[in-house]
Amino acid sequence: MMKTVFVTVGSTRFDELIESVTSEEAVEALVKRGYSRLVLQVGHGLLLPCPDSCPGLTVKTFRFKNSILDELRQADLVISHAGAGSCLEALGVQKSLLVVINDRLMDNHQLELAWKLNTENHLLYCSCSTLAMTLATMDFSVLIPFLPGQPQNFAKFMDTVLGLD
Amino acid sequence: MHALWGILAGLCLVGTVLFLRFYIVLRNGSDCKPGRKGCVSLLVVAGSGGHTAEILRLVASLSQSYSPRHYVLADTDRMSEEKIHTFESSREEKSVFTIHRIPRSREVRQSWSSSVISTLYALLYSIPLVFRLRPDVVLCNGPGTCVPLCAGGLLLGVLGVKRVLIVYVESICRVESLSLSGKLLYPVADYFFVQWENLKAKYPRSIYLGRIV
Repeated sequence: MMKTVFVTVGSTRFDELIESVTSEEAVEALVKRGYSRLVLQVGHGLLLPCPDSCPGLTVKTFRFKNSILDELRQADLVISHAGAGSCLEALGVQKSLLVVINDRLMDNHQLELAWKLNTENHLLYCSCSTLAMTLATMDFSVLIPFLPGQPQNFAKFMDTVLGLD
Repeated sequence: MHALWGILAGLCLVGTVLFLRFYIVLRNGSDCKPGRKGCVSLLVVAGSGGHTAEILRLVASLSQSYSPRHYVLADTDRMSEEKIHTFESSREEKSVFTIHRIPRSREVRQSWSSSVISTLYALLYSIPLVFRLRPDVVLCNGPGTCVPLCAGGLLLGVLGVKRVLIVYVESICRVESLSLSGKLLYPVADYFFVQWENLKAKYPRSIYLGRIV
């Protein structure tokens, strides 16, 4: 079975992440961990790595898909930008998630959620400059599974206050 | 001169009456139990992307008694309509639902001053729509579009036509602070949900039931 890493930058671009994850050190760390396939969703980015640009890994690159759910399901490790949608989708299918923050977007409120999920031990967190080191040393066994939300509690509450019960 | 004073006094009187009505309407929300008649008509405000996904998860949890369901979305939103159709056709029991479009009140990163103008423009469309649909409940979770629709719902109450309950669920993305729509609607929403404990501490009127999406 080929172990797959899926990298997603969401709806914008994050060339620095694509550059870091295809760097020599990062690729070496991934190969050492037994990964053999790298799938990159690059959005509007300018960097489009070739299939043979990372020794030891087969690389597949695409810009956008209607849904990245299939890619997430096939992945063993997800490396994502800090967007709330991408984080929740990856955790929703119970994948090991490493979030790479974009230092240039520090005031972006979307970072709030990734930071919070990190403090609650649902994902790992690093920046582009520490990505290669993180890939070499990370330990997902410390993480706690992210349980789905409970909309039925909302429904029960509404039934009561609206007089439907 | 006397006429001017008369007009001014009249305006003050109308203003005071409206303010008192507004105050009374806001206070009696918990007495309003539209479910007692057997069903609750729902106006669901869909935003773009993540907002729509979250609100559909909430609607999915609600029973068939929440019917009919009227979805309102911003007219620049291409994705949501398809998602709503997919969602409604996947429900086991089919029921009445309608989809309506209004001008978007605020694009992401739009400036404050132009937001005010586009919100007023959206209000022109929202008020007649809410008056026509007369929902029991407006359910929303933060896209800018929900502000004029909630204003329409409140106006129905102030004018004594119908008490429309406003249910606001802050997005799970908001951990430390409320969104702009959340801040605007916190004082007037009948049921205001947050999904993180620290927000509950900052906003004591809010309801925290853990993560609900």
